[in-house]
Amino acid sequence: MERVLEYSSLLIDGTLTTIELTFVSAILALIISFLVGLSRFSSLASVRIAAIIYLEFFRGTSAIVQMFFMFYVLPLMGLHFPPIVAGILACGLNLGSYGSEVVRAAVQSVPRGQHEAATALNYTKYQKFRYVLLPQAIPVMIPTFGNLLIELLKLTAVASLITISDLTFMAQIIRAQTALTLEPFVAIMIIYFTIASVLVAITDFIGRKLSKGRNTLAKKGV
Amino acid sequence: MDWSWKVAADVLPFMVQGLVVTIEATFAGAFVAYLLGLFLAILKMSKSRPIAFFSYWSSEFIRRTPLLVQLYFLFYVLPDIGIFLSPLAAGIIGLGLHFSTYTSEVFRAGIENVPTGQWEAAKSLNYRPYQTMRYVILPQSIPPMIPPLANYLITMFKETPLLSAITVVELFNAANIYSNSHYKYLEPMTLVGLFFLIVSVPSAYIAMRLEKKYQLRNTGAN
Repeated sequence: MERVLEYSSLLIDGTLTTIELTFVSAILALIISFLVGLSRFSSLASVRIAAIIYLEFFRGTSAIVQMFFMFYVLPLMGLHFPPIVAGILACGLNLGSYGSEVVRAAVQSVPRGQHEAATALNYTKYQKFRYVLLPQAIPVMIPTFGNLLIELLKLTAVASLITISDLTFMAQIIRAQTALTLEPFVAIMIIYFTIASVLVAITDFIGRKLSKGRNTLAKKGV
Repeated sequence: MDWSWKVAADVLPFMVQGLVVTIEATFAGAFVAYLLGLFLAILKMSKSRPIAFFSYWSSEFIRRTPLLVQLYFLFYVLPDIGIFLSPLAAGIIGLGLHFSTYTSEVFRAGIENVPTGQWEAAKSLNYRPYQTMRYVILPQSIPPMIPPLANYLITMFKETPLLSAITVVELFNAANIYSNSHYKYLEPMTLVGLFFLIVSVPSAYIAMRLEKKYQLRNTGAN
């Protein structure tokens, strides 16, 4: 373990990169989730179909394949990204596809009467989503989003394969330089577990805050 | 950068060989995941506090750390303590172990969702524990488990490219090896993506059908 501590600066750098990668791709994934998820309710068939194609494409192919595609194939088409951007795009686009299904399912889980009430009040589509559907749907999304956030954190480890120096990459460097195997991998697993546990605590907290006084849906866990 | 059918035809035989390994790894991994998952679910529901506590947290630890790191652990650390596994065996164990933490939740939820009245009825009929499980609990809890277990099978299929990191020559790695030695990335990477889509989109559709089928059956029984 002492010899791993000599490399603690590498581990700290790796932890920061992992957190950065997770954070930025989480924001990207969140934006995509709402954009694509809400597109499924569009009155334009073309928008709905585009959303479904996006969903099936990113959910149907493997994240690692998407990452290699961005890293090796897109530059051939003249799109050059630094590795970290390719990693963020791949993680964000991949998790965004899962997130969009969460958004869609949560909006659909709002009781039918609420949709009808909004129509009866002559609300515009924007008003209907802004004041009636989303306030009730968002608390329902939180627990699943929490799970997806953990999946995202774990996905960032794959970015080490496209030369991003995250925690997993650093563990490989330490392994190569010291021939130690147990210590670096145990060390990063503990770090990953700690980050994940903090994320779980944060989403639980947000979930409790949001479902306060709105216990009809969230408690049932629809 | 132009698509070359010659390259595509060239790489295809390697990819078919890789696909066989991918399918092997998926099914063997799923077998391990289902078996271990059931075992883990039983441990988690144990009446003994220490056993329930320990099994819950070790399952959370596996769940909150990346599969890639766990694969590295199996591949690099175990040989140091005298356990030599082939890359494919390490991959199958890693995949099975990681997803057993997910499937255990499916098993647990499935068993816990059987109403307490059913347990009590079995008790009042003087059923032995084996009979209770065999004739009362399992017949009711297995059908709703089938769709989520099928979904995890698809997820595992999509995670198999990670096995390439521990030198298993599965679908993705077969294409990647070809890419690296011929400097052709477009065709192999696109084909890998297509292969995944061809398998996972129809199987996701089947899983959805299963979900609908067992939902109907459930409401019918109520």
